[in-house]
Amino acid sequence: MTLPDHPSLDDYRGQISEMAAQGLAAIGDAPDLDALEAARVAYLGDRRGRMLEFQRALGAIARDAKPEAGRLFNTVKRQLESALDERRARLGRGAGGYTPPADLTMPARPQWTGARHPVTLVIEEIAAIFRELGFTIALGPEVETEWYNFGALNFPANHPAMDLHDTLYVQDDVLLRTHTSPVQVRTLQRFAPPIRILAPGNVYRRDFFDASHAPMFAQIEGLCVDEGVSFVDLKATLGHFARRFFGSTRARFRPSYFPFTEPSAEMDVECRLCRGAGCAACKGTGWMEILGSGMVHPAVLEAAGVDSEKYTGWAFGMGPARIAMQRYGVTDIRVFYDSDVRFLEQIAE
Amino acid sequence: MNVSYEWLRAFVPFEETPAQLRELITTHAATVDDLVHLRADLADIVVARVVEEGPHPDSDHLHVTRVDDGSGELLDVVCGAANVTAGKLYPFARVGVTIPTGITLEKRKIRGQTSNGMLCSARELKLGDDHAGIMELSVDVPPGTPLLRALPLSDMQFVVDVLPNRPDLLSHLGVAREVSAATGKPLALPALPGEAPVWGEAPHVRHEGTTAGVTVRVDHALAPRYMGLVIKGVKVGPSPEWLVKRLESVGSRSINNVVDASNYVLHEVGQPTHAFDLARLAGATVQVRAARKGEKIVTLDGVERALDETVTVIADAERAHAIAGVMGGRDSEVTDATTDLFLEVAVFDARRTRTGRKRVGLSTDASYRFERGVDFALPPMALERLARLIMAVAGGQVAGPPVDVVEQVPVPRAVTVRSSRVAKVLGARVPSVDAAARLTAIGFTVDAEEGEGELTVVAPSWRADIVREIDVIEEIARLKGYDWFPTEIRPFRPGTPPDDPIWVQSDRVRETLVSLGLLEARPMPFTKGDGASRFVRVANPLAEDEPYLRRELLDTLARRAEDNLAHLQGNLRLFEIGSAFEPTGAAMPREIVRVGVLMMGDRHPEHFASARGQRYDEWDAKAVAERAARAAHPAADIALVPADGGWLWRVHAGGRDVGGVRHVALDAPVWAAPAFGVEIDLAEMPNADVAPAGQNAHGTAPGPVGRHWPQYRPVPTMPSAEFDLALLVPAGVTSAQVEASIRAASGELLERLQLFDQYTGQGVPEGMRSLAWRLTLRHPERTLRDKEIEGRRSKILSVLDQELHVRARTS
Repeated sequence: MTLPDHPSLDDYRGQISEMAAQGLAAIGDAPDLDALEAARVAYLGDRRGRMLEFQRALGAIARDAKPEAGRLFNTVKRQLESALDERRARLGRGAGGYTPPADLTMPARPQWTGARHPVTLVIEEIAAIFRELGFTIALGPEVETEWYNFGALNFPANHPAMDLHDTLYVQDDVLLRTHTSPVQVRTLQRFAPPIRILAPGNVYRRDFFDASHAPMFAQIEGLCVDEGVSFVDLKATLGHFARRFFGSTRARFRPSYFPFTEPSAEMDVECRLCRGAGCAACKGTGWMEILGSGMVHPAVLEAAGVDSEKYTGWAFGMGPARIAMQRYGVTDIRVFYDSDVRFLEQIAE
Repeated sequence: MNVSYEWLRAFVPFEETPAQLRELITTHAATVDDLVHLRADLADIVVARVVEEGPHPDSDHLHVTRVDDGSGELLDVVCGAANVTAGKLYPFARVGVTIPTGITLEKRKIRGQTSNGMLCSARELKLGDDHAGIMELSVDVPPGTPLLRALPLSDMQFVVDVLPNRPDLLSHLGVAREVSAATGKPLALPALPGEAPVWGEAPHVRHEGTTAGVTVRVDHALAPRYMGLVIKGVKVGPSPEWLVKRLESVGSRSINNVVDASNYVLHEVGQPTHAFDLARLAGATVQVRAARKGEKIVTLDGVERALDETVTVIADAERAHAIAGVMGGRDSEVTDATTDLFLEVAVFDARRTRTGRKRVGLSTDASYRFERGVDFALPPMALERLARLIMAVAGGQVAGPPVDVVEQVPVPRAVTVRSSRVAKVLGARVPSVDAAARLTAIGFTVDAEEGEGELTVVAPSWRADIVREIDVIEEIARLKGYDWFPTEIRPFRPGTPPDDPIWVQSDRVRETLVSLGLLEARPMPFTKGDGASRFVRVANPLAEDEPYLRRELLDTLARRAEDNLAHLQGNLRLFEIGSAFEPTGAAMPREIVRVGVLMMGDRHPEHFASARGQRYDEWDAKAVAERAARAAHPAADIALVPADGGWLWRVHAGGRDVGGVRHVALDAPVWAAPAFGVEIDLAEMPNADVAPAGQNAHGTAPGPVGRHWPQYRPVPTMPSAEFDLALLVPAGVTSAQVEASIRAASGELLERLQLFDQYTGQGVPEGMRSLAWRLTLRHPERTLRDKEIEGRRSKILSVLDQELHVRARTS
């Protein structure tokens, strides 16, 4: 049966439906892939497929019937194609309509992997441990007043203690904070004790940018203030942190000096490279410096309007970048700032 | 500060080894940063045992030996010493080792016999003049032990990190005091050669006094105490060996006997002193005064320095001869021609010394101590030791009693220390008797009340840092040893501050961007700016080419991208969460925490089954902006509004402008893909004062942070109907307008509207584009009928035609 030269819409509809039924049957009944390919050529083939006849007829059909005929043609073509795909899938594999690729040694389709910065990872790991002990996160501005950065923290004016804080100034009494400790004062002024906070953030020193120094680096600060908080709590909490963070290890505390804590203590953990035997990395001491800490100086509580007779507290500060350097085997701190994707992607792995 | 082990032992008869002493000083007083062997040139020499020994076949004086150097293998070594004996231990230098004389040993043949190293004589190791034979060792150590560990060969130097609150530790006396307290061994000043000088009383005088005809005038604001003494008839020359060695042991070079004596006293008791050539001081006058503006001095280092009134000088009747507490002047320097000395032993004002030495750009051993504070009571003792030492090593005689110009001797303050407070701060009860004994051991005077109540404590003159009760509590903890305190976690109350909302926000944004495959950067916020007042400027920047703080994170990310491109990395997807700064006219700038994203290059890593060459475009950036904005502002409606002025879109959150998306212009090579950037505000960081100094703002703290949770809608149970609309859209009509019309015309049945195609070209009239949407309609309670769907479709088309002249595409 063939179409007339100028088919009516009814002719077209009748014949294409019939052809479609035959085609679907041929495809659905094809016993194997060869038979299926033969059916494809017969109905959808580029040169002699039966659909070609109906495609040509579209040009000859009456103008007002054209859109409807076109829709019919497209619908049938899509039906045949999907039947073909489905049958091909069914024949090609066992159950489920799926054919595995012939060469399974070919590589997986890769995706870009995202990553937190290594310094962020260290901050988050530290925060996670302190969160278990009831600490929350506090933040503060990077451009600070001299009072929050020094005055409220009991720094004597024009004193050698300031030599350890070579400062970048914006104005006479406005500066880039040299440590995260101003957040202690802001928090003490804002919230009534009990206080248990961690303050991560960027701090600035007027240091040249070389393999082990940067004018900006991350710091993480901790502060705990309540009635009855003592040096024993400081030792116990920070010792707990050291064991959780570095694995089973010994920690030691030795005298230090920060204007805003007293007593002040530096915490060391056993050197992980030599296990305390003494090596080049720990300058033969067997210990690695981890953090500075101490009991909050009464003057700091007083500056923040907190009763220093009633409340006591302890605080600590540490540099996550140093730890990140050890962790990831980075020997030049500048790598952390360069933002070279070849480095950042290594962390993403 | 450098401290010598042997010198310390001259103060305290301790038995600790250098390593033990290091531990002791570190845990009780100040951290020992390093322990330096003063004979590091012997570090590679080991102890070795000669196992066999026999004559050299071709020599009558050489010996062929087999040596056990601990390596597990016996070495053949040829030795020329007559005293080499099998079974004995000798210092041994392996092949490759450089011995103190500078020779590096090689493996070589000596008259046909191979020699792998050398058995050493004392002279070869610079341990003596004995060259008669190799150095026989009578120690009991295994072969391979470093020689320095086997023998007490020389002094060790401790590098002590003395922190600014403990200037009393800047001397051997100070460190020895702590060692004495920690070991329980007695402390005594080392014996000095010669006789103690004898002089009558040196009464305190104010402002002015004389010694041996020299008038001393002092401005006490500059020097609270100034002692002077004249010694006549010295013979300047080299110092004796012991004095040279002492100074060497702390890294100080010998100059001449007088200067060395002054340096010795500085390191011994911590008192900087200065010797002037008396003949060079005009008018037999010494005065301590502020320098005059424009006054100049040539200091001992030969540099001419301009002074002003912030600098204190020591002057004669005419001109300045020293920068007080910092450095002497060249004109009155002690030289070989000097016979008469004026000795200065003073306490200069700490703050002025600091200001002055910064003004002239100098830091010396003396200024280091003065700006930290020198013991007010120290000068008489230091002067006596200095005079005795000079007379012992350079001769001469004291010309008369010293002058001691003092304004007022400070009265020691008593500090009351409550035992209850000690226990409260330290968390453990240190018995008062114990605390009192430990404080007494380092020079405190302690009055203990009956029982456990209070201690009345007077700090020694060298501990100006002890002012409050807490200062004494620290001393007690330190002297007891931090190790002593228990390590037990005690119950605690949760704190009142909630997580900072900006942290919560940042965390959510970071999580979102990482899940999208982006890499976090943490660069520095300095930028070259544009010289305008739009930027916050650092007054004393490190790098003059980057003196500003950024206004935009994209500014920083663009520079980081260019750096990557320079390394031929063109596939970038960086983000940062950080602060941007804007000047406000007030002292404090605005500080805004933002997220910035920069993306360029391949959208996916290459794969054989993926389409190639797909690069990030503006639509990817738009998507990232939407995701980031939603994470940053979860409760707000997010809209990306087409914009101009360099921005493709502005991001609106709840109607507020919070950021934008733009193409980022880079200084990029030709092969680089276009870069797109997103910058969105998270929040402004509060930076106003919370409360005035000494006050708080408790009770005004914000409540819990507002949270947002998406609300549940029942999952549909009825089937949906889908159809496509291919539309011809005239120029000037936006897709958003078309969508708005479709939504309005479709009513509540429209569940989803998806733009899936854009086409221009053949079949589409000039000036138009074809856009195709897929519509999903659904009724919540029943299946939609074909007629309903068709009706809806017609209605949409008619509305589009009327409102926007948008029609269905028919071919």
